[in-house]
Amino acid sequence: MIKRSALPATFTINRHYPAKPARVFAAWASVEAKARWAYCDEAWKPQLHELDFRVGGRERAITGPAGGARHIFEAVYWDIVPGERIVFSYDMHLDARRISVSLSTIEFFAEAGGTRMRFTEQGVFLDGYDDVAGREEGTRIGLDNLERVLREGLDRGELDQTETDRRRAAS
Amino acid sequence: MLNYQTSTATPLDLAFQALADPTRRTMVERLSLGPASVSELAQPLDMTLSAVVQHLAVLEASGLVRSQKVGRVRTCRIEPQVLSAAERWLSERRASWERRFDRLGAFLAETAEDPEDRAAATTASAPQATKRRRKKK
Repeated sequence: MIKRSALPATFTINRHYPAKPARVFAAWASVEAKARWAYCDEAWKPQLHELDFRVGGRERAITGPAGGARHIFEAVYWDIVPGERIVFSYDMHLDARRISVSLSTIEFFAEAGGTRMRFTEQGVFLDGYDDVAGREEGTRIGLDNLERVLREGLDRGELDQTETDRRRAAS
Repeated sequence: MLNYQTSTATPLDLAFQALADPTRRTMVERLSLGPASVSELAQPLDMTLSAVVQHLAVLEASGLVRSQKVGRVRTCRIEPQVLSAAERWLSERRASWERRFDRLGAFLAETAEDPEDRAAATTASAPQATKRRRKKK
């Protein structure tokens, strides 16, 4: 049974790229460019990727491990200022299950030596943080040190309250 | 509501900041094996004890590490419950974007045809030099 939960959260990622804002922006703007970095993973070949990059346009991508759960990304573009800003909303499904709904804002700032790209995600994360795929992805991505430290802590029996509650709920 | 912006730093934010530094990652890795004194932590590191103490302060502020002074010895241990299951899930979502942005960087480097971008990729001061030249004209 799915344990219902809704967790609103925000995070921001700042990156510097040694390229002009127009070029960093362009990497988001075509299906050809985006396929090179956004959905291609060594192990996760996109089964579908469509992008209609204009205000009101949609994007759809289906990825996932071979034989595993399908990760379905569906987005709507709300605001596009070439070279400066992109605002889109998206939801993520794991097969039939909606695991998050988010608003993403990408801003491009010219700075010495290139571009600062600021990505902000404001989302609500649904029922999802207990699922296997999430953990699978976490391992794949490897927040190596942190994950290992946390796991070793848990193995030593230092369960946090959430973990204990979760196990109680699961049993 | 969890808010992970730097302006209102939360446990996850602080944890990310704390682990962004290789010295602090080394310290956390050491502590993942078991508690250690400050001098034990400092031993493999090529820096002064006061620098190590400063790194320890960042780790403590993040909640990842806790220390306790008994007599003259300060013992440090990791505090794994700093991140809840929900925060771990969110950290994974964040990490998946981070990975995409790594690939974006690689893609931009591979497709750099513009000479100005190439120059920018090799030296950060290149665009400023260009600007100065332009002003003189």
